This record gives sequence, structure tokens and C-alpha cells, in this order.
Amino acid sequence: MSEHKRLGFVRKYIFSTDHKIIGIQFLFSSLIFMAFGGLLAMLMRWQLGWPGAALPWMEKVAPAGMPGGVMVPEYYNMLFTMHGSVMIFFGVIPILAGAFGNYLIPLKVGAPDMAFPRLNMLSYWLFPIAAATVLAGFFVEGGAAASGWTAYPPLSGLKETMGPGQTLWAAGVVVLGFSSILGAVNYVATVINHRAPGMSFHRLPISIWALFTTAVLTLLATPVLAAAMILLLLDRSLGTSFFLPAGMIVDGNLLPHAGGQAILWQHLFWFYSHPAVYIMILPAMGFVSDILPTFSRKPIFGYHAIAYSAVAIGAVGFLVWAHHMFQSGMNPTLGTTFMISTMVVAVPTGVKVFSWLGTLWRGSIRLTTPMLHALGFISMFIIGGLTGIFLASTPVDMYFHDTYFVVGHIHYVLFGGSLFGAFAGITFWFPKMFGRRMNEPWGKIHFWLTFLFFNCVMFPMFSLGLGGMPRRIYDYTQYPGLVHFAGLNRMMSMAAFCLMASQLLFAFNFLYSLFRGKKAGENPWEATTLEWETPSPPPHGNFAKTPVVLRGPYEFSVPGRERDWQLQTEED
Amino acid sequence: MLLPEGASTIAPEVDRLFWIILWITGFFFFLVQGCLLLFVLKYHSRGGQKAAYVHGNAMVEVVWTVVPAVILLLLTVASQKVWAQIRSPRPITPGMIQVEVLAEQFAWNVRYPGPDGQFDTSDDITTINQLHLPVGRPALVRIRSKDVIHSFFVPQFRIKQDAVPGLPTQVWLEPTKAGEYELRCAELCGLGHYRMRGYVTTEPEEQFQKWLTETKANE
Amino acid sequence: MRHFTVRLFAAVVFLSLVTCHPSRAMAAGTAVEAKGAAGTAAISGKVTFSGSAPAREKIKMAADPVCLAQHKEAALSEDLVANNGALQNVFVYVKDGLAGKTFPPPTTPVVIDQQGCQYHPHVFGIQVGQPLEILNSDATLHNINVQPKENKRFNIAQPMKGMKTRKSFDKPEMAVPFKCNVHPWMGAYGHVLDHPFFGVTAEDGSFTLKNLPAGTYTVEAWHEKLGAQTQSVTVADGETKQVSFSFKK
Repeated sequence: MSEHKRLGFVRKYIFSTDHKIIGIQFLFSSLIFMAFGGLLAMLMRWQLGWPGAALPWMEKVAPAGMPGGVMVPEYYNMLFTMHGSVMIFFGVIPILAGAFGNYLIPLKVGAPDMAFPRLNMLSYWLFPIAAATVLAGFFVEGGAAASGWTAYPPLSGLKETMGPGQTLWAAGVVVLGFSSILGAVNYVATVINHRAPGMSFHRLPISIWALFTTAVLTLLATPVLAAAMILLLLDRSLGTSFFLPAGMIVDGNLLPHAGGQAILWQHLFWFYSHPAVYIMILPAMGFVSDILPTFSRKPIFGYHAIAYSAVAIGAVGFLVWAHHMFQSGMNPTLGTTFMISTMVVAVPTGVKVFSWLGTLWRGSIRLTTPMLHALGFISMFIIGGLTGIFLASTPVDMYFHDTYFVVGHIHYVLFGGSLFGAFAGITFWFPKMFGRRMNEPWGKIHFWLTFLFFNCVMFPMFSLGLGGMPRRIYDYTQYPGLVHFAGLNRMMSMAAFCLMASQLLFAFNFLYSLFRGKKAGENPWEATTLEWETPSPPPHGNFAKTPVVLRGPYEFSVPGRERDWQLQTEED
Repeated sequence: MLLPEGASTIAPEVDRLFWIILWITGFFFFLVQGCLLLFVLKYHSRGGQKAAYVHGNAMVEVVWTVVPAVILLLLTVASQKVWAQIRSPRPITPGMIQVEVLAEQFAWNVRYPGPDGQFDTSDDITTINQLHLPVGRPALVRIRSKDVIHSFFVPQFRIKQDAVPGLPTQVWLEPTKAGEYELRCAELCGLGHYRMRGYVTTEPEEQFQKWLTETKANE
Repeated sequence: MRHFTVRLFAAVVFLSLVTCHPSRAMAAGTAVEAKGAAGTAAISGKVTFSGSAPAREKIKMAADPVCLAQHKEAALSEDLVANNGALQNVFVYVKDGLAGKTFPPPTTPVVIDQQGCQYHPHVFGIQVGQPLEILNSDATLHNINVQPKENKRFNIAQPMKGMKTRKSFDKPEMAVPFKCNVHPWMGAYGHVLDHPFFGVTAEDGSFTLKNLPAGTYTVEAWHEKLGAQTQSVTVADGETKQVSFSFKK
């Protein structure tokens, strides 16, 4: 594997089949998309903080959406739809599963590359195509999709209510689905077949357990999403009626559709999208499970419990989808079933959290930037998890469903959870990826600013939810009962702008360190897993000779040894 | 900062569940955040002390699996009791007032069956966005939609039910307090979603009857 | 790779900056007046309603307090307005007889105002390519949902008082419905013609079509509830012909 012919720039960096390059491609692309998704959120916060206030320069960017700089409701609807879609489909999923999945899996299992490198390349290149298709909606008549990232028909399924932007959205998501499936096939095959000698499943790092479970989830759930999207496209373009019932009257015209079921879409969509929440959180949990032992200098507490809880979350995660639909008109008895399964999925989640605490207990904690992000992850994810219990209880959900409480909950899970996990991952593996270290003081300032402003934006959302403020509303001041939230909303908006601005620090640190960071050796964090045994960045083929694994992944502070870490291949 | 005042018979039940969950989650919130902070402060490697070489503890792991499981089980049972009470079909009794709410982009069409108690007759009483209900009398609200999905949400009643085209739904409720409340559409329904606002008035029986008569006369 | 994503992003940003202003896509070059095409003949007259007019329905404006507050007495529906036998809101226009003649659209906009949660005017005519200014004079949301069959559809929101939007139509089309989904009673009809010879009857049922070239025309009177009637009329230069239409239920 070490003999490779020299490749030209294009084959080496653009159409590369090397899992590390593909991982880095995913990393850069998803960071850019996340920045874009963040900017969309800033526009929304502008409108929510100061409803109807003009931003004159925005007229040039979005003449139809912000005539005279004043936002119109249909543009606001496009903003939250695209914010959600971009962040979930083109930000969080690709950065966790795409970037880290690709980069880490072969390195951590001791393989020279993925099982199907060309498939892997295709998986990456489908991703910008999907993104371009979805974002092209901004340039067609009627603008981008505006029916929310959940795209409930009939709103999304009728030409009368959503323009061609919605068609592009659905088509783009189908393409993205193929990208995910190809990636997942690769991860599953690589983990099963390409582990180094001695790397039994029970010696896999938790991050690999998590990414493996994620890949299985992706493989089983994404086809359902793709099918739903295709049915939606058929409803939109060929006049079928999968999601469109008889008797709909739009603009005074009786529509010719008949026989469809509007909530069928919700079953199909959430059959994917609830597991997708786990697709977006399990890898982050995995990274944290790698990072905590490393910086506590202590073996992970309850390896088997953590590993199997990931699998349990993945398995039960398939049985909870309809908890998004308690108030949808489905049979209330079904609500009971899904309440039970949802409560069940909280148990393995709790196990993880307690095990992380157990890992910290009696450790020797080094508060590096990745460790801060990992601790931030735990702290924020707890809030996301605990607020989920309110929503799992069917009667309480009846009040909180589709209010800002849910918005707060998902942001604590997806920003507080996934994104802090991603920051932890980036700062932890940056030296491995690029051979240079990120600046620690800047990294810590970035963490604290992000942590502070994130809470200032998201925590008040629970308060808004308690007050009964529905989500996805362009101007809450239309409800006299919500006008008293003006001050709070303004504060949240200002915090949101600060949160966005804080990310500039990260961007600067990232770019600066890429070229000017201190050189990192093979193992700057004194960690134990296989990727830390090869040069930074690792050469094509990863390992000079195939590693032979002798022990579990988190052997820190082994008594009677001089060094407080023991590599997975290290002889006793 | 907290829940608005309840105005239906189910509101206290929902609120009680909410508070139970808040206390339980609050306890775990402080427990976990407290431990996190404590451990980080206590085990911060200043002097280069060596970490303990511990891989786990079966007893502890069983406890923190079983205890939350039991608590969640109890929560499920408690929730189910309230849920069954709210959502189980009830017989239509003579004292029950029936009202139909037909949602459309972006208005609530409200219809009362009139004196004969039957819908689709000439004495039906219709309004747009005005839902009046008498206090202390059970009401059956039939919810439908003309076009896309909307959601019938009256925070003070603690009730939310999607209005789905092709899928008639219904909720039972009994207002307990006279007052004026907002009916907020809680499911994205298009560009006017944000102000698809209805006006709910709960009032004593006589006033309600008077309002019905006036509304009919004004048609 | 990095270069590509950067370029892609740059392209997206660039595109978003340069996309043209859709509502300014209006007919240009209308400075030249319709010389030669216009004439000095006119058709005027009255539209009547025979029989007793049904009472106008009261609009349920309690649906939106902002609307309600603007009317001292209950606002009445405008779909059939007859006063003492005179029929209002009838659209009278030259249907036939102008073949081969072109009439450049005026640059002055037709204004449709949303005031008191009703459209003013309720029925109007507009020339192909002539700007239509949609104005919201109410402190409440109106959306203007226009669903023509020949022309491009649009559905836009005007959440704030004083908002204005300009639109225009590309093809002639009769009875383009205007609706506001927030206030289901709101409705108006716009008629898009390729010439300027049209009018809407006033309260007294009267109308005038001015500046017609001499010729023989088919004149149609259109009412949203009562249908359409046509008459053939011949006018000479300088002449004003009287024509009357009578509708019944």
C-alpha cells in the first residue's frame, strides 16, 4: 500500500479517492454551509428582534424578499426553511458523518483506506450537487422552498401553495440521500471488514461504535426519506395524490386530487428524520467519549455500557418517530405507544451521561480546547435531553408542540450537542488532519464566547415556549398576548449576532493555524488510539505497516507504567 | 415567564404533569451540572496527580440505568392517565355544545349548529375567527381544514390539535373561566401563518346565547 | 478542493447580488403616445339592473379588529351593487373591432388600494404592460393572491401599512381574480386588455369609453355575478354614441 504513483493536483485534492482528503473536503464544505445557514438565522433574528425594521442594503441581495429592506413573510418562511435544511442536511450531518466518519474510520480501525474509495468520492461529489440544487431555489420564481425543513404537504405538495423552489428542494434532498447512503455503505463495510488484526469490536474506540451505528441508521432510514421525497415530487409534478386528500379547496378552486393522506408524509418523513437526530448526535457523543478519557487521563467509565447504549439508542431510535405527531390527528392510542418508546430511549442516553461523569471522576483533567468543547457538549446536551422529556409526555407536548420550546430543545440538541461535539472534534483532530496545532488561548476564548452567547440565545426560547409562542412566525407582535416578549426577543437577537461574530474567531484560528500553527507531532494529546501512531498528517495508505492491536482504546494511567498512556499497539 | 393562566378543565392536569416533570428534570439538571462542575474543579490536573485506573462499576451502572428507567415509567403512566382523559372519544350528551372549526389559509371559519343541534341546516350560525364558548359547559370542537395543515392552539385551554385536510379531528374541552383568549395557528400554513389568529371568548351561558342570537341576526 | 468550494460560494453570493428586481420588470418605451391609433369618438351609457336588488350581505369584519375599527357601520359586500336600478361595478370595454391597431401602455400605474379590508377599486381595467401599483393602507396583513390563467401568478404579502408593490401583466386576460387569504371576503377583478378603451360603471351605472377611433365595435358589459352582454356599436369621428345594458338576476 505504500507504493503509490504521484498524482496530479486534481486527482490528489479534488477528485481524490483518499478517505482523508474526502473527509477534509466534507469538513470545508460543511463549515461553509454552516456559516451560510448561520447568516440566514441572523436575518431571522433581525426580523424577530425588530419586526418590520428595514435593512436597506438587503434589498440588493434579496429584492423580492426584502423590498426596501423590509422583510416580507414569505421570505421569512424561506429563511427558516433554508436555515433548517442547510444546517441539518448540509452542515451537521456532513460534518459529523461525512467529515469525521471519512477521516477517522480507516485510521481508527487500522485500515489503509475505505472499503470502496471510488464510491466514497462519488458520495462527496453528490453533496455539492445536492446543495446547489436546494439553494438554486433562491433564484427561481417564487423563491426558495418555504414550507419548513419538515415540508409538510399539502403545503409543500401543491403547485398552488409552493413554487418551483420546493421541487428543487425535494430533488436536492433525494440527491443528498444518495450521498449519505453511499457514505454509510462504506462505513459499514470498512468497520466490518477492514479492522486491523487484533481490533475486535470490543477494542473499537467509542467514536467508531457511534459512527458505525450512525451508518447503519443512515442505511436503513435514508431510503425511506428518498422514497417520500420522490412521492412528493410526483404529487407536485405529475398530479398524483400520495399525500393529497380529496376535497381540498385552494383559492376557491376545488383541486382534482383524491385518495391521499396528508399525515402519511409525516410518518415517512419522521421515520427518517427522527433517526436523523441520532445520526446528528451519536457521532458527537462518540467524539466526546474519545476526548473525555484522553483529557481525564483515565479509562472511559463503563466502556460496554457506552458502546451498547449507542446501539440501543440507534435501535430504539427507529421506534419513536411518531412522537413528532402526537397532535397530528393520528390515533391517540398510537400516541401512547410512541410515548413509551420515547421514554425508553431516554434511558441509554442517561447511561451515557452518567458514564461520562464517571470518567471525569478521579481523573486528572486537562482543560484543553477540545476538552472544554466536550464538557460544553455534556452540559448543553443534558438540557436538550431533559427538555425532551417534556415533549415525550403526550399531554405536556400538547401544549409545547410547535412552540419555541421545541425550537429551544432542538437547538440544545443540535447546536449545544452536535455542534459543540463538532468543535470538540475539529479542535481535537485538527493536528492530525493538518499536522499543525490550533491556537489554544484563541480556542478557549472562542469556546467561552460561544457557550455564553449560545445560552443567551437559546435558553429564553423555553420561556417563549412556556408563553405559548408558536414557532415559524414572522411577526409575533401580531399576537397581543406575545407582545411582552419584545425585550426578550431583542436580547436574544443581540446575543445571536454576538454568537455569529464569535465564530469569526474560530474561522480565523482555523485558517491561521492551517498555515502558521505550531507543528504537531504524531501524538500531541498523548492519546491512545491508532490514528495517533501515524505521522500528522498521515501519508496515503495511513500506516507504514499494518498495526496489530493488543488492547482496548482508553488505557490511561495504567498502574506501574511511567507514561500515563498506552497505545493500542504498544507492547507491555 | 411561566405558563399562562389555565382556563379549561384539563389545564390543571397538564400543568400538574408539567410541574412534576420540571421538578424531576430540574433535579437531574442540577445533579449532573453540579457533578460536572465539581469534578472539573476537584480533579483538574494542577499538581500532576495521577488519575485512577478504573474501568467501571457494575453496581453503579445498574443503578443509573434502573433508577431513571423507573422514573420514566412512572412519568409514562401519569401522562397516559391525563392523555386518555383528554383524547378518548366521549359520547355526545345533550348538554354538550358542538362547534365546527374549519381552517383555511388564513382564517378560522367557525360554525354552530343553531337551535336544531344539526349542522348543514339553515339555522347554522357562522363566523370568521370568532369562537365563543360558554363557561362550565362541555364543548366538542370538530376541526377540519379546507386546504393545508393548520393547528388549533389555545394556550389557556392547553389544547392543540392539527387541522388536517381529509382527516377530521375533534377535541373536547370545558372552559372554566370567562375571558378573552387568542387562537394561534401552530402549524406552518403559508405566508399568512404568523397572524392566522382567532379570538376566543368564554362567557356565561346567557351572554353566549345572546351573542349567538345577535350573530345570527347580523347575517 | 478548497478552491472549488470557495468559488462555488462566491458564485452563489454573486448570483444573489445580481439577480434582477422582478417587480421592476415593467414595460419600457411607453413614451410614444398612441398617435393615429386614438381618435375622437366616444361611447357612453348606463347599465341598469331590473327587478329588486337583493340586500347586500354584511361582511363579518369581526374576524380582524383592525378591519372592524375602520367601519362605523357594517361594511357590505360588493359583488352585486345596484342603487335605484343602476348597476355599479360593471366592466364595459371594446371586445372586438380594434384588430391590427396597437396601443402602447401608459406609464402611469393603475392603483389598487387595500383599505378598510376591501379593495378599491373592486373592478378595474389595465393595459398589457401597464404598471399596477398595489397599496396597503391598512395596519394589518394583506396578501395579494392573484391567480390568472394566462398571465404569471403571484401571491405576495404586505404585512405593514403603506407598503407598495408594483406588478404588471404580459397578456390580455379577462377577470383576473384578486384575493386576500387573510380576509376571505376580500375580492377584486382585474381585466387586462391590449387597448385603453374600457371603463367601470359608477354608482349611477354610467360609463364612458373615450378617444375611440371611428369604427364598428363589439362592446361588452361584464358583471362578476350576472355574466356578460354584448352590443355592436358604430361611431364616427367626434361622435358620442349612447349605449345601455340591462341585467337581471
